[in-house]
Amino acid sequence: MSTPRPTESMVRICSLYPDLLGTYGDGGNATVLAQRLRWRDINVDLVSIDAGRSVPDSCDLYLVGGGEDGPQTRATQELQTSGALRRAANNGAVVFAVCAGMQILGERFPDMDGVDRAGLGLLDCVTVRVDRPRAVGELLTHDAAVTAPDGTVRPLGTLTGFENHAGRTIPGASATTFGRVEIGEGNGDGTEGVINGSVVGTYLHGPALARNPALADELLRWIIGDAALTPLDDSDVDALRADRHLAARAHELAPQRSWRDRLRGS
Amino acid sequence: MPSRSTSLPIRSRLAVGVGRLVAASSKAVHLGSGSVIGGRAALVVNPQLLRDLTAGRDVVIVSATNGKTTTTRLIAAALAGDRAVVSNSMGANMTAGIVAALGGAAANATAVLEVDERWVAGVLRATSAGTVVLLNLSRDQLDRTQEVRKLAEAWRTCLTATPPTTVIANADDPLVVWAAQVAPHVIWVATGQDWRADAAGCPQCAGRISFTGATWRCTDCELARPEPAMSVEDSAIATDAGRVPLSMRLPGRVNIVNAAFALATARSLAVPDDIAVAGLQSVEEVAGRYRVTSLAGRPVRLLLAKNPAGWHEAIELLADPPAPVVVSINARIADGHDPSWLWDVDFERLRSRFVVATGERRHDLAVRLRYADVEHVTADTIDEALRVAMGRPAYIAGRPVDIAANYTAFQEYFERVGGSQ
Repeated sequence: MSTPRPTESMVRICSLYPDLLGTYGDGGNATVLAQRLRWRDINVDLVSIDAGRSVPDSCDLYLVGGGEDGPQTRATQELQTSGALRRAANNGAVVFAVCAGMQILGERFPDMDGVDRAGLGLLDCVTVRVDRPRAVGELLTHDAAVTAPDGTVRPLGTLTGFENHAGRTIPGASATTFGRVEIGEGNGDGTEGVINGSVVGTYLHGPALARNPALADELLRWIIGDAALTPLDDSDVDALRADRHLAARAHELAPQRSWRDRLRGS
Repeated sequence: MPSRSTSLPIRSRLAVGVGRLVAASSKAVHLGSGSVIGGRAALVVNPQLLRDLTAGRDVVIVSATNGKTTTTRLIAAALAGDRAVVSNSMGANMTAGIVAALGGAAANATAVLEVDERWVAGVLRATSAGTVVLLNLSRDQLDRTQEVRKLAEAWRTCLTATPPTTVIANADDPLVVWAAQVAPHVIWVATGQDWRADAAGCPQCAGRISFTGATWRCTDCELARPEPAMSVEDSAIATDAGRVPLSMRLPGRVNIVNAAFALATARSLAVPDDIAVAGLQSVEEVAGRYRVTSLAGRPVRLLLAKNPAGWHEAIELLADPPAPVVVSINARIADGHDPSWLWDVDFERLRSRFVVATGERRHDLAVRLRYADVEHVTADTIDEALRVAMGRPAYIAGRPVDIAANYTAFQEYFERVGGSQ
């Protein structure tokens, strides 16, 4: 983890391939982080790197969004060829990846033809395809926490979002998760999220950082430190979170699992 | 109106009768217009009904993510001065709604059919439509619909299997071009569409689409913008056969684009330009879209915007700032359960306005507006939203308040103003 920096300096955020991995509104995560910095009078340099363009390796935070199967494979190829994201992560940059983005940062994932592909290996997890309908609906965790790069466990409250994925992700021994799912599928084994050092993956759309400001601020804390995180007016988000908790618990949009899924325990 | 029923097989006549009876019963107990449920009942009696009802007539299929209801209406208007037309003009665009609309049609009427983008293959197979109009494809209801590339692939497959005489398609939408280029005869319309967020990946090869100026091509394969036969200008349509000036009552550039597709369709059916243009210019509203009316005793204008590509156009149509606007968002089945597309809308463009957020997902919208630095409040009901908007200092007394709503929210207000058929 890099040392917290003075607030006058610039936080550099890189949105990776929004043209390939921007399907589910995850571009909003960049908007949220940038605004939460600006509202605290911290300068932000927000760069957006489309496919085919060279990726800088000097940013403080990288965002990888969700997308469809074909673009997911394309993004993986580009990231592997470039090597910039791996270099940045190895140097302690924060990486936040959602859904297809999380899958490609793992060790392996299935491509559009169901063929196993090598991921970037920044997260200790593998994603497999399972024989059941896509998990589509509200995703809500019990009280969650994230293990920060310095090893401290930081509480986040509940995490809320919308999930929409076919794969099941199995975290490996070196990874931690956000904790247990209350409503929805998450990783598929009752947990949600995969965390290794400063690399964080999740199935939460919504976008995740719009619906979970505690998580947004925790990622920022890893870059700018505690002192800079002055309180913000999150009353709109509080109202949204209350609304979504009710909806999830009323199973308004719970993913449907057949009796066969339940028997298989999948 | 001459009845077609005598030329129909007996099973189809029975099916149409049953459908009407069910529709009338449904309407009588206030379950809506009853057309869809009536159509379903008719299809139970005769699953081949769509084939029978379209046999021997000219059929035009219109599909897209955005603009299909409006374009269907414009095509019907462009043809109406030349011939009898039947159309599912209220947007019931799956098989049941289509057979309901066709049930009472004259035998020689040209069918202008709005078709849900997922139902094009089935309707094309059943009707062997001579003309297929494909406007655009973008993300909409991702939790429900197939991925957008798969939709394009389904279009491509059905245009190969049942080739229409003429396809009229958007030259500026790479997904549409990839789908339509397999057809034997395509009239390409240059729309100048600048919503490109859904088309960055090449549908053909997983390469990347590179846009330069007005044109585009894939960086890896031969997919590229075709040579257009028509292109859209500010208040005219440029064609191979000269420039056609247009003075539309429907607002915005987006409706000149829709009119261009309608003009191309009219020409392909040998309708003279002057007749077509007169029809296009006569349309004032389409199934409540753009309607200026009174809701809860207050003057309003209804606008439909249901996904990022639609919003991209709709923001231009709103009353000039600083007029306050009401935005209403639901997330029911027909809207898609996941409103995270709100983050792909450039709501920052509303910064000089005051927005009242309403609808069932008003809190999602409020968070989006907060991060866009747009001044806003939420209102639990549309009545309260209008009261708040009209209480703003920037509201000019007597002016209609623009309500921009996504699909089910729009339908709710439309029904309240007595809009349903």
